[in-house]
Amino acid sequence: MAGLNTLGRAFLCFCFLITLPMFTQPVFAQDSQLTNLLQDLASDLTSKKRPVQLRAIDTIAKSDNQYRERWLTFLLQGELYVNKSDKSIVHAVKSGKGFAISNPDNGEALGEVKKRALSKVRINNAIRVKLKGILGTMRLTDPDPLNRLVALEDLTGKADSVVVDTIRGFIPDETDNRVKGAMQLLIGVHDLKQGSNEQQRAALEYAEGKLDIELINELRTLSINSEDENIRSRALTLVEIAENKKRWYARVETLFFGLSLGSVLVVAAIGLAITFGVMGVINMAHGELIMLGAYTTYFVQQLLPSAINYSLLIAIPAAFLVSGVVGIIIERGVIRHLYGRPLETLLATFGISLMLQQTVRTFVSSQNVAVINPVWMSGSLEINPALSLTLNRLIILAFCLVVFMVLLLVLNRSSFGLQMRAVAQNRQMARAMGIRSSRVDALTFGLGSGIAGIAGVALSQLGNVGPNLGQNYIIDSFMVVVFGGVGNLWGTLVAGMSLGIANKVVEPWAGAVMAKILILVFIIMFIQRKPKGLFPQLGRAAGD
Amino acid sequence: MFIRNRNSRISTSLVAGILSLGIAGIAQAADTIKVGVLHSLSGTMAISETTLKDTMLMLIEEQNKKGGLLGKPLEAVVVDPASDWPLFAEKARELIEIENVAATFGAWTSVSRKSVLPVFEELNSLLFYPVQYEGEESSKNVFYTGAAPNQQAIPAVDYLMDDVGAERWVLAGTDYVYPRTTNKILEAYLKDKGVAADDIMINYTPFGHSDWQSIVAEIKKFGSDGKKTAVVSTVNGDANVPFYKELANQGVSAEDIPVIAFSVGEEELSGFDTAPLVGHLAAWNYFMSVESDTNDEFITAWHEFIGSEDRVTNDPMEAHYIGFNMWVKAVEKAGTTDTDAVESAIIGVSVPNLSGGFSTMMPNHHITKPVLIGEIQDDGQFDIVWETSGLVAGDAWSDFLPDSKMLISDWRAPLTCGNYNVSDGTCSGQNL
Repeated sequence: MAGLNTLGRAFLCFCFLITLPMFTQPVFAQDSQLTNLLQDLASDLTSKKRPVQLRAIDTIAKSDNQYRERWLTFLLQGELYVNKSDKSIVHAVKSGKGFAISNPDNGEALGEVKKRALSKVRINNAIRVKLKGILGTMRLTDPDPLNRLVALEDLTGKADSVVVDTIRGFIPDETDNRVKGAMQLLIGVHDLKQGSNEQQRAALEYAEGKLDIELINELRTLSINSEDENIRSRALTLVEIAENKKRWYARVETLFFGLSLGSVLVVAAIGLAITFGVMGVINMAHGELIMLGAYTTYFVQQLLPSAINYSLLIAIPAAFLVSGVVGIIIERGVIRHLYGRPLETLLATFGISLMLQQTVRTFVSSQNVAVINPVWMSGSLEINPALSLTLNRLIILAFCLVVFMVLLLVLNRSSFGLQMRAVAQNRQMARAMGIRSSRVDALTFGLGSGIAGIAGVALSQLGNVGPNLGQNYIIDSFMVVVFGGVGNLWGTLVAGMSLGIANKVVEPWAGAVMAKILILVFIIMFIQRKPKGLFPQLGRAAGD
Repeated sequence: MFIRNRNSRISTSLVAGILSLGIAGIAQAADTIKVGVLHSLSGTMAISETTLKDTMLMLIEEQNKKGGLLGKPLEAVVVDPASDWPLFAEKARELIEIENVAATFGAWTSVSRKSVLPVFEELNSLLFYPVQYEGEESSKNVFYTGAAPNQQAIPAVDYLMDDVGAERWVLAGTDYVYPRTTNKILEAYLKDKGVAADDIMINYTPFGHSDWQSIVAEIKKFGSDGKKTAVVSTVNGDANVPFYKELANQGVSAEDIPVIAFSVGEEELSGFDTAPLVGHLAAWNYFMSVESDTNDEFITAWHEFIGSEDRVTNDPMEAHYIGFNMWVKAVEKAGTTDTDAVESAIIGVSVPNLSGGFSTMMPNHHITKPVLIGEIQDDGQFDIVWETSGLVAGDAWSDFLPDSKMLISDWRAPLTCGNYNVSDGTCSGQNL
């Protein structure tokens, strides 16, 4: 076997040797002169020794080759590969199952190959940082202000005096304010670190009121190391001012974290506030209705791979429909036979939840599925260098409030809401007034389930989407509804938000595990004292 | 009459058929060597363990194509312990007592291993355990083909310290035995290396933790005082996705604060949106992207066996590959599947691993492996950025914990002890 293999391989190699020149020669011949530098350095670039790689990169950076920026950009993006068959360096991007390769100099397509025919030119984080520095220097004069900004950010704290002096020269001509700010920051950081006393004083002036981490770190070092006492004390004052400000922003941040955790709790619980709060059905399958919403998001993304950025907008009504219809089926099929028997309802819906989970495991996959975040939900909104709010959380917070308001309007301002409340308060009387109470039951349950589906869309943006997704939220949802007071939407909102904030205030000093336990203990004690929650229903609606 | 007659004739032939089938079955059973496969096929661990069951079936099928073992075909006996720890012990007992398996390959979580350990020791049978674990154990009946802490955690920290230049450390983990023990070892190791207590932050979160805002903010703050900071993550399973997402959203990039994970491999990544993870690190003894002929062959065979080109291979699969081949070689060497004979024959056995070298079974029932550090790519694969220059032998008892640094394990005569205390010369029984 082995002998045959080697023979076979040798034969194949032989064939390659004969055929390759025929294919490759014409392609490379026309600019072999220019390709040489990159191809000459092929073995150094692919070396496993980082210093060797760094030397090769330096050689390219210092050369006056017209393609150097292109090559280094490809290298940084991980798109340079060695074509195993002829050991040449090519530019390759994924295309379907294989890779489309092209000439790294002029982008001329060289066809498609299988993944195993290429071997990547591998770099690590340290080299990536170095490359960003080199490319940053090359791009300081880039016509696109965004590229200049990125280049400056990559260089901040790393640029040497020569580069910094060049940048000093650019400031007067710079038209973009953000770029100008980034230049000043870069110069400030550099001057604090290794400028003359004069420059340090100017930089200290500049640093007043600034919160950038790099600046504060340099100030801190300066407040200890500087030989000039004035500079030392001035730096120390500035550090203290910045620290105070940061402490204040940290509190704002904690509040935001709390509200955002609270909004997740409210989003997850608000559907339950309808099914459990208004109808009194202990719906253990609530979590699975959320899960169905999250899977709907996944399928919408699968069906519309080209419109990921809009997929959520389509997923929201779709998830509402899917979960709502499943909810109505559950209500019509099972729950309506069990009204007035809460324990049986609990068991039946628990059974349904297991069935829904297993259905997903069987027909989709027991593995988690990957739901992609659209671009507008990634990253964060930077208010200042010490405070930035993550966009996905911010959007979910806003989304939660919108859903809440819409639900409130439906309940209090629409005729369906009126019927719903009438049936919940006094079924007999409502029927006597001509309301088809069983239809209202089905629609109410459908509404609550649909809202759970919408929650699934939101939650798919935060964590995993898998068959167990619902189980992670069911306990919290009941906790919020019971704590807020059954049958009261405002109670759910206030309870969710206050639990979220309490959790985030406790977490930094107690740890995530302990914070959760403390919150649960608090709720148990609270419910002991006030069994009807924060906002108990009063009067006849309370049902007692 | 006629009808009844025909019926009876049919039933007679059926009975005869079944009987002959049965006899054939018994005859065949007596002539096979049974191999137990003890992996959860349902419940929470099914995600990870089903793949290992398939790997074992593939390895056994390939061995049978080569003519079996000692002239007999191998037969896989697959049981499902359903991610239920006590059930692991019951199923192990069933495999050994009822099925008479020659050896068992299985278990994933440490708690399932602890659950079956007494059974294998009591009934004197062999277990090959394929997953990285916290160490501090060496049983006569267990072969640990996954990484011990010194084959994963310690080299990972070395890499971060020497190559990345990390000076501050965040040890983040899920709150259970593996992260807690690993972090205890790492903390002792870092302090040994002169890292101040202020430069180490330890954080535990519950299983499936999804709200990482405060913790990531804390990590960001911890990493913002000018010293290079790295996160060593023993965060398990599902909690990883929201963790990495939060890191990306709060603007923490792999270049600022790299996260090195011990529980994130190719299989786990296939369920992630990998965009926020690119550039972060993982430490394993094998990556699917390893370039070697044995690995190419293994991947081809795996794709053929499982019928899909999209399936990935991962580190625990390699551990089974090594473990199974070691067992095969040891049985051939001993000429029998008898537990004690195989156990003494397997020490010193070397077989190829998938990264192009050889792995050897050490006297402490751990194996030698290379340690690789990979950076996560957007296609869910790892780019290998660093590897140990040679092989690292698994150390059962950590040298960095005060309670275990005096202990060594050597299952060869005359010591024959899993936890021999070198300072007072005693062997305190098997484990703990």
